[in-house]
Amino acid sequence: MDFSLSNEQNDLLNSLNNTIHDYDDNYWLHCDNTSKYPIEFVNTIAEGGWLGIAMPTEFGGSNLGVTEAALMMMLISEKGGMTAASSIHMNIFGPSSIVKFGTKEQKERWLPNIISGKTKMCFAVTEPDTGLDTTRLKTKAERNENYYLINGRKIWTSTAQITNKIMIIARTSKRENGNPTNGLSLFYTDFNRDSIEARIINKMGRAAVDTNELFIDDLKAPIEDIIGEEGKGFSYLIHSLNPERILVAAEAYGIAKNALERAVNYANERSVFDRLIGKNQSIQHPLAEAWAKLESVKLLILKAANLYDNNKSCGVEANAAKFLAAEYGMEICKQAIATHGGMGYAKEYHVERLFREMMIPYLAPVSQQLVLSYIAEKALGLPKSY
Amino acid sequence: MKILVPVKRVIDYNVKIRVNSEGSAVETNNVKMSMNPFDEIAVEEAVRLKEAGKAEEIIITSVGDKGSQETIRTAFAMGGDRGIHILNDSNTEPLAVAKILKYIVDKEGIDLVILGKQAIDDDSNQTGQMLAALLNWPQATFASKVEVNSSELKVTREIDGGLETLKLNLPCVITTDLRLNEPRYASLPNIMKAKKKQIIEMPISDTGVDSSPRLETLKVEEPAVRSGGRKVADVDELINVLKEEVGII
Repeated sequence: MDFSLSNEQNDLLNSLNNTIHDYDDNYWLHCDNTSKYPIEFVNTIAEGGWLGIAMPTEFGGSNLGVTEAALMMMLISEKGGMTAASSIHMNIFGPSSIVKFGTKEQKERWLPNIISGKTKMCFAVTEPDTGLDTTRLKTKAERNENYYLINGRKIWTSTAQITNKIMIIARTSKRENGNPTNGLSLFYTDFNRDSIEARIINKMGRAAVDTNELFIDDLKAPIEDIIGEEGKGFSYLIHSLNPERILVAAEAYGIAKNALERAVNYANERSVFDRLIGKNQSIQHPLAEAWAKLESVKLLILKAANLYDNNKSCGVEANAAKFLAAEYGMEICKQAIATHGGMGYAKEYHVERLFREMMIPYLAPVSQQLVLSYIAEKALGLPKSY
Repeated sequence: MKILVPVKRVIDYNVKIRVNSEGSAVETNNVKMSMNPFDEIAVEEAVRLKEAGKAEEIIITSVGDKGSQETIRTAFAMGGDRGIHILNDSNTEPLAVAKILKYIVDKEGIDLVILGKQAIDDDSNQTGQMLAALLNWPQATFASKVEVNSSELKVTREIDGGLETLKLNLPCVITTDLRLNEPRYASLPNIMKAKKKQIIEMPISDTGVDSSPRLETLKVEEPAVRSGGRKVADVDELINVLKEEVGII
């Protein structure tokens, strides 16, 4: 068992680190304070070809695995927090259902623009009344001769303000109790603002990357824009859930690492009662514990990614990684603020921003509680509880 | 035009340098290594010449242990075409490196060698000049601007009190100063392509160059720890301290 990164992985991280070096703390603070989408950062990432990290080479990607994508997102969130991660997150994992289930024509039509950053896409799954119980979603797509007419409401769709494509799941036939996942279809189509109204949801953190409620009225999706077979959309969606959990875990890890580093630096600089506060065990021990937790969760994240890349089942590991990364992440961000004392509450020390952003991996893409229910059922063989 | 760019693997410039426990050398175990920053500038300049249609091929070379191949690959990701790795596990001094480079220049039919003006580990600042002498080629050191017009080069170099512009003909040797260019960051697709580029590995003995050391390092030690300053009450006290205690006035 070799726990070291390959030369190629190291090269990739070094180069990425250099590439994003100029986007410093002040940049991210400014984006957060002014709700400014980090377009310069996104362009830099796109120009460097990083959006295509896990996309096929024939469309301009680099065909690496979720492992490399996770390493990349760890570094990006370590530098720019959830603001940086979320600004590109969807382009990294979102198109995987197109890669797996799209036709050759669709891939040629869509993937190059996603990889080059020309297309910004958003992902519309969750609805105001359905949440995680996806099969009960109410958005409908009715088949006409050469298009589907989509109507409904979605919520928690990020980047919809700047997006030009939408990946959306909708019912194309009635829900059957015996087979509730049947009849949902997945579309990737133009984000037509004449038919979709995107209303910003003001939220606790990550103001720079907008999150929205979508009101969709008579959106026409050409039949060429349905992914795979009609009615099978849910199974396509399931396919990208584990990579998403792994990436979210990686992002939570990066944010926590960022917070820990700041806490350590502060503990090494700040003197009270004529001694560095870092000399106090009440300061040291929680930070040492944070280090240990981060090391352990990093292993689990990379293990889940490795299983996925080797086509092995990784549901339990991916969920557990997201659970632990978010639990530890919350504790570590809180501890980072506490280490800074009152200064931790000031925006210029950045830890309060990281703390606010850490709530996102805590709540999404699935709640901590549902992760536990899943692990209880799948890893321990306990009865399904939901 | 064929360009040769030698690159050296050195301790990353961000790393805090530590002396090993024997006091015989700088600690390199488990230390992050990178390409010498001046060499990155040399690679960048070569790649720009190639992009401008003024060069056909960029050959990257490095003298050092197995790890040097990683540095060659980094240069590939920036745009180098193929590599020659001269394997030598012990330290190679500038004169031996210059002789090895002459061997490669002769063998490969190189028209232009672009080197970093010095490496940030030993700061020797000798290899480029020695290579030019061995080849009996013109040299332009500390270049801050390079213009190529077919076989004629105009090189601007920074000197005390201003800029000096040299005109020289190919073949020649150029060493790079800090302000020549800003090296690019390798894109992900180029990192992937770099994996497929070819590196020829050659033991140093094959070059026929005697690389036995001519210098002996007696001791390596960390700089003395800075002692804290002190405050004086007024100018009179300062003068008094400088006179009586420090003894410099």
